[in-house]
Amino acid sequence: MSDVYDIVVVGAGHAGCEAALAAARMGQRTLLLTIHLDTIAQMSCNPAIGGLAKGHLVKEIDALGGEMARNIDVTGIQFRVLNTKKGPAVQASRAQADRHLYSRRMKQVIEGQENLDLKQGQVMGLMIDNGSICGVATREAKYPARAVVLTTGTFMHGLIHVGLVNYPGGRAGEPPAESLSDCLRELGFKVGRLKTGTPPRLDADSIDFSRLEAQPGDVAPRPFSAETKEISQTQVACYITHTNPETHEVIRRGLDRSPLYSGVIEGVGPRYCPSIEDKVVRFPEKDHHQIFLEPESLTSGEIYANGLPTSLPLDVQIGFLQTITGLERVKVMRPGYAIEYDYVDPIQLYPSLETKQINGLYHAGQINGTSGYEEAAAQGLIAGINAVRRNLEQPPLTLGRDQAYIGVLIDDLVTLGAAEPYRMFTSRAEYRLLLREGNADLRLSEIGREVGLLSAERLERVRIKKQALESGGQCLREVRVGPSDRQILARLPIGSLKNGASLEELLRRPEVRLDDLLFVDTRLSALSAEVREELEISVKYAGYIDRQLDQVARFRKQENQSIPVDFDYDAVAGLSAEVREKLKKGRPRTLGQAGRIPGVTPAAIAILAVKLKR
Amino acid sequence: MTRQLSDMIIAPATPPGEGGVAIVRLSGAGVEDLLNPFFRSSVPPAEMRSHQLYYGQLCRKNGDLVDEVLAVIMRAPHSYTGENVVEVHCHGGSQVLRGVLDLFLDAGLRMARPGEFTERAFLNGRLDLAQAEAVADLIGARSAQAARVALSQLDGRLSRLIHDYADRLKEMLALVEAHIDFPGDEVGALDHPWLGEGLRSLAADMATLASSFDTGRALRDGISVLILGKPNVGKSSLMNALLGQSRVIVTDVPGTTRDTVEEQLVLGGFPVRLIDTAGVRETLDPIEKEGVRRASERVGSADLVLLVIDGSNPLADEDRMALRLCDSARTLVVLNKADLGLSCDRSAFTAFADPIQVSVLERSGLGELQEAVVARLGGGAGQEAAEDVMISERRHRDALLRSQEAVARSRRLVVEEVPLECLALEIREALDALGQITGETTPDEILDQIFSRFCIGK
Repeated sequence: MSDVYDIVVVGAGHAGCEAALAAARMGQRTLLLTIHLDTIAQMSCNPAIGGLAKGHLVKEIDALGGEMARNIDVTGIQFRVLNTKKGPAVQASRAQADRHLYSRRMKQVIEGQENLDLKQGQVMGLMIDNGSICGVATREAKYPARAVVLTTGTFMHGLIHVGLVNYPGGRAGEPPAESLSDCLRELGFKVGRLKTGTPPRLDADSIDFSRLEAQPGDVAPRPFSAETKEISQTQVACYITHTNPETHEVIRRGLDRSPLYSGVIEGVGPRYCPSIEDKVVRFPEKDHHQIFLEPESLTSGEIYANGLPTSLPLDVQIGFLQTITGLERVKVMRPGYAIEYDYVDPIQLYPSLETKQINGLYHAGQINGTSGYEEAAAQGLIAGINAVRRNLEQPPLTLGRDQAYIGVLIDDLVTLGAAEPYRMFTSRAEYRLLLREGNADLRLSEIGREVGLLSAERLERVRIKKQALESGGQCLREVRVGPSDRQILARLPIGSLKNGASLEELLRRPEVRLDDLLFVDTRLSALSAEVREELEISVKYAGYIDRQLDQVARFRKQENQSIPVDFDYDAVAGLSAEVREKLKKGRPRTLGQAGRIPGVTPAAIAILAVKLKR
Repeated sequence: MTRQLSDMIIAPATPPGEGGVAIVRLSGAGVEDLLNPFFRSSVPPAEMRSHQLYYGQLCRKNGDLVDEVLAVIMRAPHSYTGENVVEVHCHGGSQVLRGVLDLFLDAGLRMARPGEFTERAFLNGRLDLAQAEAVADLIGARSAQAARVALSQLDGRLSRLIHDYADRLKEMLALVEAHIDFPGDEVGALDHPWLGEGLRSLAADMATLASSFDTGRALRDGISVLILGKPNVGKSSLMNALLGQSRVIVTDVPGTTRDTVEEQLVLGGFPVRLIDTAGVRETLDPIEKEGVRRASERVGSADLVLLVIDGSNPLADEDRMALRLCDSARTLVVLNKADLGLSCDRSAFTAFADPIQVSVLERSGLGELQEAVVARLGGGAGQEAAEDVMISERRHRDALLRSQEAVARSRRLVVEEVPLECLALEIREALDALGQITGETTPDEILDQIFSRFCIGK
């Protein structure tokens, strides 16, 4: 059976690359198929990785042994930590990428990966045998496979809109996937239509940067991956400008030729990433909107106009752009556009990301209604891991909502489905204080090691970090400062001390930072910066962290009550028809998941709990 | 889905006793079919329109007439329980009612457990938890006043208030979350004063509602009134006089009432649990000693103590002992045997409100005593209280208090400018606590608010 691949991954975007690399690294014979070999890990929209809640996802991918963090560290040209004025749980890393380098480096990693073949070909249909996947068919060939991961992005029946002009395309300059979603529909999947958009790319030479505010990256760029020692790419600045009333007027005048407002576009767009015309219409009281001009590459002159996604006609785009400070003589290299595409409602998936309809078929990324490279990569990684585990007859890996943003993401998708493009926000994570970027390695490295993606050396480093945290904590509890320790007190940012206090007690005071205490004990000064940060958070926010742990304990009780796959809801007296319908549609795997389905009442959960206990 | 016969239930829906009309209610999938062989009417049950009364005769299988009745079918899901419901309106009187019930019980229905109709309504999603509890209270309401409280909750006034609190919390949470997840100029600076003021007024409103709980509970559970005093001062006689009937054994041998005895009555619209105790005295009798111990225990838990003293004699040691057991704020001193003249020393009661003189024997002063009791239970407040929404369920109050505490903590965090995610945690906790009454708030609802209020996204 040497002509049978263990895993075939369809699509080489951010989801597909992670899925294929995970599968191959776990020792499976893997094929990665892409429509176009030159656009691997393409950043089709914003050339950046991370951001609020997304940075968390990238750190988690890294802790599980994924590739995204390493790839951005090598190719990033501006690194910033966001939300530094807020608490530790919601600070997040973001990096601007050289998108050519990003794509090229990922392609190199894939080409160099053992067990992994990379081929060009458009998948036209799936090969199914008796309810199980057995391969894919491209225009040119058939590829038998034991498991398949679909990561189709915006390609399935992709339709690009610029003004009232529209044409089929998977992404600017690339063909759409023409028949795959028809095949999925025939197999009984519920296929829907979503829309997203991207701003125009501008010619750097036509922009007057001297009139704009520069936004440099952090002085000491912080890498995403625990493996990265330093950031070596040249770092560049972004620039800030704003729209103005004149811009808005030009936009309003062009609305009659907007595919969005003339009803041409049917797909549902993301509310958190509205087009500029949407912003102008919905918030008429705002007389300006912020724009970030971001370089797409060190070696090309294309500038990404962050904040201006639009599907207005090109002449209107140029018209409103030229009203903006610094852009008076701007030239548009690629127009902004909207794209409609087919997706498959993720409520049809198990938490493993395997489809309920077809055994061995997995979906990851935008096909599941998500948006964002990080969301895609996270799903790709989990789908890849679980496709392998299925082949090896191992139970699937599912992360809890209390364990990882990845857990929140996938649970939301498979429990609630996606009616609009889904993006991760920190507010979606109810145990947010426990899910910090800084402890992603502590949370997930053991799992990464167990599934076989993380090196022993990486896990050892995490073990050492945990040990350092423990000894640091012990030191803080043991060492006490008394009123007579004048020399020490003189160097602390506190007044006099009436009674003795442990360093831990001192650190709980808002005005005291761990760095202030380092000189007191060499065990503290010996700690690495990363350990000091974690240690300080664990002391300063101990009360809140404990409360979240209590909440998790309560959550776990319901979460651990599993519901059999073939549970007969019709046999449960007392469930209303509406609740019964929702449960039958969602087929929750646990009582906790059932409770998160909107419309499933507490009473219904109480009844189910009783039934399940019997 | 086939339903078992035992899934069909029946019970009288009207209170027992001689009324003009009695209603028997049946609920379950097959009740319509069950009516068919017994109900003789111009329209057979299968063709009866839902929610319409039909006149007919209810007959046994052998043709014997049970009663002339009106019957109505309320088909699922538009019925009280959400199942098919049949109501049979027959003539009042236990004899007729018995006959109607027996007819259906013989046919295989079973008597409903107390509250089972409401339970089914709740389980079938016809009532939310707050409404279901209010109905349960309504059924259990022991006085007209309590029934009014239960009714005001049923029609959603409590639900509306709690929903209003939840909406205000959601709005604040959306603001905080917007500042966490969408930093930058779209959202602007966080409006701390607005947030502080919102939390302050919410805390005040919650406190008002929570304080109505005590009156609410009193109306539903009844107020415990303990009768205390040395042996043979007429405690049991007083209780009987108040009850207007003789249920407690009365003798003139001290120590007849060896334990506590409870009776219920309605005073000034309040349900009252009247508790008679063993007399307070030093005793060696082990049973009576236990009674005394229980009496002093119950002084602590009673809402009001009626301390009965023989006004015709000087204060005895036992009277002073009983006085010491009592807390002046919750005690009314009752000087009995007023018909025999007053010879006790009133200066012993200066810490207490003016004693009330009664003569149980001559039935004098009892009206005055009742008025004093009612005044102590919240004065005429009972009348006004029913106009406001009151919380009579312990669970609701706990949820409200937990929410209120989280709001209080949130207020401190706004001032101290602790990280926003901690503030969000507190506000979410306040919302989750209310969710025990209203149902949970999903993260999507918060995001919806953010997207509708702020121009989000680059």
